[in-house]
Amino acid sequence: MAASIETTQQVQEMGERTYKYGFVTEIETETAPKGLSEDIVRFISAKKEEPAWLLEWRLKAYRRWLEMPEPKWANVTFPPIDYQDSYYYSAPKTMDGPNSLDEIDPELLRTYEKLGIPLKEQEILAGVTGVAVDAVFDSVSVATTFKGKLEEQGVIFCPISEAIREHPELVRKYLGSVVPPGDNKHACLNSAVFTDGSFVYIPKGVRCPMELSTYFRINAANTGQFERTLLIADAGSYVSYLEGCTAPMRDENQLHAAVVELIALDDAEIKYSTVQNWYPGDKNGKGGIYNFVTKRGACRGRNSKISWTQVETGSAITWKYPSCILQGDNSVGEFYSVAITNNYQQADTGTKMIHIGKNTRSRIVSKGISAGHAQQTYRGLVKISAKAEGARNHTQCDSLLIGDRCGAHTVPYIESKNRSAIVEHEATTSKISEDQLFYCRQRGLSEEDAVALVVNGFCREVLQQLPMEFAVEAQKLVSISLEGSVG
Amino acid sequence: MDSLLEIKNLHARVDGKPILKGLDLVIPTGEVHAIMGPNGSGKSTLAYVLTGRDGYEVTEGEVLYKGRDLLTLTPEQRAGEGMFLAFQYPVEIPGVPNTTFLKEALNAQRKYRGEDPLDAMEFVKLMRRKTKELGISDDLIKRQVNVGFSGGEKKRNEVLQMAILEPTLAVLDETDSGLDIDALKIVAEGVNALRAPDRSALIITHYQRLLEYIVPDRVHVLAHGRIARSGGKELAIELERTGYAAFAEAAA
Amino acid sequence: MPESASPTTAQSFVAQFGALRDTLPGAGLPWLRELREDGIARFAKLGLPGPKVEAWKYTRLRPLERIGFVPAGAAAQVDLDKLPALLPHTGVGHRVVFVNGRLRQCLALLADQPEGVELGGLADALRHDPDPLAAELGRNGNGARARDGQPLFALNTAMMQDGLVLRVRRGISVALPIEVIYVGAPGPEPVAFHPRNLIVLEPGARATVVEHHIGLGAGAYFANGGTDIRIEEGAQLHHYKIQDEGPEAIHIATTHVELARDALYDGFILSKGARLSRQEVAVQLAGEGSECHLNGAYMLRGEQHCDITTTIDHLAPRTSSREVFKGVIDDQARAVFQGRITVHRDAQQSNGHQLSKALLLSDRAEIDAKPELEIFADDVKCSHGATVGDLDRDALFYLRARGIPEAAARDILIEAFLAETINNIAAEGLCPALMSSIGHWLGGTTGRTEP
Repeated sequence: MAASIETTQQVQEMGERTYKYGFVTEIETETAPKGLSEDIVRFISAKKEEPAWLLEWRLKAYRRWLEMPEPKWANVTFPPIDYQDSYYYSAPKTMDGPNSLDEIDPELLRTYEKLGIPLKEQEILAGVTGVAVDAVFDSVSVATTFKGKLEEQGVIFCPISEAIREHPELVRKYLGSVVPPGDNKHACLNSAVFTDGSFVYIPKGVRCPMELSTYFRINAANTGQFERTLLIADAGSYVSYLEGCTAPMRDENQLHAAVVELIALDDAEIKYSTVQNWYPGDKNGKGGIYNFVTKRGACRGRNSKISWTQVETGSAITWKYPSCILQGDNSVGEFYSVAITNNYQQADTGTKMIHIGKNTRSRIVSKGISAGHAQQTYRGLVKISAKAEGARNHTQCDSLLIGDRCGAHTVPYIESKNRSAIVEHEATTSKISEDQLFYCRQRGLSEEDAVALVVNGFCREVLQQLPMEFAVEAQKLVSISLEGSVG
Repeated sequence: MDSLLEIKNLHARVDGKPILKGLDLVIPTGEVHAIMGPNGSGKSTLAYVLTGRDGYEVTEGEVLYKGRDLLTLTPEQRAGEGMFLAFQYPVEIPGVPNTTFLKEALNAQRKYRGEDPLDAMEFVKLMRRKTKELGISDDLIKRQVNVGFSGGEKKRNEVLQMAILEPTLAVLDETDSGLDIDALKIVAEGVNALRAPDRSALIITHYQRLLEYIVPDRVHVLAHGRIARSGGKELAIELERTGYAAFAEAAA
Repeated sequence: MPESASPTTAQSFVAQFGALRDTLPGAGLPWLRELREDGIARFAKLGLPGPKVEAWKYTRLRPLERIGFVPAGAAAQVDLDKLPALLPHTGVGHRVVFVNGRLRQCLALLADQPEGVELGGLADALRHDPDPLAAELGRNGNGARARDGQPLFALNTAMMQDGLVLRVRRGISVALPIEVIYVGAPGPEPVAFHPRNLIVLEPGARATVVEHHIGLGAGAYFANGGTDIRIEEGAQLHHYKIQDEGPEAIHIATTHVELARDALYDGFILSKGARLSRQEVAVQLAGEGSECHLNGAYMLRGEQHCDITTTIDHLAPRTSSREVFKGVIDDQARAVFQGRITVHRDAQQSNGHQLSKALLLSDRAEIDAKPELEIFADDVKCSHGATVGDLDRDALFYLRARGIPEAAARDILIEAFLAETINNIAAEGLCPALMSSIGHWLGGTTGRTEP
């Protein structure tokens, strides 16, 4: 929590309270014509040199998408999206799949350096567990580090476009098996036009030797980002995966509709962490990313475990429900979430825990902080099917309000058909107490630092779930996100 | 001897209700003063007015601290100037470890004074030394700020914070209430350890007991929002014998 | 029971309204005519609630749709002396009986009733003194949520014929409970009726109303009740309801409660009867410092479906609400609990607490719970909790280890579980009656105290 003071300094040094990652990289790009049609879908597929089955899969999704209504359940408002006013493919021109890191455009390397993402493997000190990074810039993956080292263990970590070429059998088997194209309109659009994303396969019994990480960056204007992540943990394996996201400050809204599918087989464990810091729009609510993401994991195997941790501070609108389908007996699903909305941000986020197997367990910890004019909703489903003998769920949802123009909503759905299952849900809403603030200030902390400290404490249970490097970053984000919310 | 704190004709109200009604008090640098008084006489109000809590409105009078106007400063500026309040009811801050809280506080104060922050190692060393001196267990500092602490633990934690922050003026608001004798001794040791020619303390208490361990230079009786009587340490003993009845009548 | 060939649809109710329109009570009153027309238009537009209406997400009206209902006539023959009573005669000030939605009897059981209590039937009131009713009957169901989510309340507004009208004048305290018995008496054809109740407590007034809904016989009938309650400044209403309708009954009840400054509403629902029931209570804490307790218990078995839906709106500063619902669900029964607490922007320093607990007693029982918090004010304390599970195994083992057979041990634990919601009931004599009702349910009979 030293972070809060440090953060305030950093922000003040910048001279203005703005989004730190809001710069634009000047780089030559190749872009598909604006708008969406079957031709664009064909263009993307051709660009990626995809097999015929995938093109058919995309086209089927596209045709379905045309018919589907926009999802209506979320407590968010925005003008209808003009899907024809966006580019669906944008790639740095020189970047048609570099063979080595040396081939990467130096401008891109500088961009990731500025973002604090190491794309040079040698920067990582010997003896320290490294982080392998897949960097996705607009529509394509520009670099993946440590591929060689991972390959020694049989771990596949590469752009999904590469996996489609190199490991078609794995992709074909699992793609769309957790999130079918027709799941919802946003996932359907993604299925039609996804351009890149990460693919991970952890072989049987392998504990992935380092954290895997994907870093998403939207750069080009008027461009949607539709990445697709597919992660398979084979029997007895373990992987911890991180994703981070930023975008330049632009006045118009940009659409980000990603799909993430996780599959955990017998005794496998996947830990999936997200620090989402897309551009949230300015303080008057202009601009920002529409973050409409479908994330779902299937615990297919016995004793498997999927744990989602998310820190959501960015985006104008966040719409996401990382979920777990607990099919395997004794499988475990977890969802730890911190969502912070300030100014005019809106977030409707939560999880679904679908208990199917026996003795399945799930745990949900959601911490929501609303400030300014922001509206935030926790929306969750815990469903216990009739066969889920001995299932257990515990849910804790806490909301904190800062100021009297924001709102916090808690909408849990609990459906149980099994008498031996135990479901417990608790939710609270409160504000930061005057007593706490005064106590901190009496000890010398400024009001903003006091708020950051109390909020970080409020989120601690979730932040603790993050890998160390991310936890520190996340604490800073918590503080920055609340800048200007008090006083 | 310069005075560290000078309160002149202080009037203050809470929720529109006058509580302090012309309080005068001078605490010279290096002295320990005690304020005693019946319940509702305005003791805690004085502590909050001095530390700048919202809702405690000064309507008249002035307070000079180190010769400067205290009342225009924010609570954190006052803390940075070396003013420390040991709370009567220390506040719980869930999720924030005690060590983090103290390090943040100490470095914020150091920054205010233009000093370099302590790094993690230096801070841990300081913390270890202070807990050892005060006989406070390591367990206490690892836990979340005051969360699930017993009454005694909370008060010990206040004293530990005081020892680490080394205030110029420590204000103890009924720190002795509800303490057993061992805890009381820890509190007293904490205050006595800070006694120095350049530091002062203001001990607010209802009972004389604490003053057996922290011998004050002066004792004041606060009744109906004013200092009704002042004297040496023997005044506390007299009050213990006679009670506050005389002061209740005097102002009734 | 002969089931009518044509099933019930929204259109069949609209047609019934068309046929009855000119004979309904107060047909000559322009304001009432307008109100009824507005109600039927709204109902026709919304239709019978389906899965797309979020407020009806978990409750389908299939049992209603399968049967063709006809409007209840005045003919039902019921021997009033043989009606089961919940409370002993000595504990009741007034007893009012409705049969198939129509007033049959209104008795003051004790001679020295206080002045200032106006008690009677809606049909009479519309005939003799309709003017004071105009403002009250049109008051509720106009909010955005009610407009879309309460089609059956709109239908009630269109079709209402009779019901309870209670007004307690300023400062009057009615010491003894007013017992209202609603009898469903199925005839040769399945009947539908739409009673509308109105309770107004003037400033400082106090009253206790005990509603007892019972069914005679096993036939199907559709009771679609509506209730408007207004509690003025500083007044207090204790409102206890026991729903013990017949096994094939469909019981829908929509209650709107509006509280002024420092008023108190203490509501309780025990739900054990009916094939399908939905009890919706919407409370508006409109006056500063007003307070609401809303508690209840439900016991379901067979193929019963019970839906408890509550919405509590904190509209003014320093309002508070406390809500506890507990239920046990056996066999293939299904329970739905939807509870929403909304704290609006002006309702600073309010607090709202809600708890829903359910026990599933069988492998085919189901519970769906949706507790919601919607908070727009920052200086508030709100919480909700929901648990679903089976009986505590440790407790069960403990009892068995002391020699109590398993079945008896289960009953003891279930009874204790439900009793918690009943303990705070203020009406004398009602607690034991409710406990014995629970006891009878556990014993597998429909427990009623004979008079």
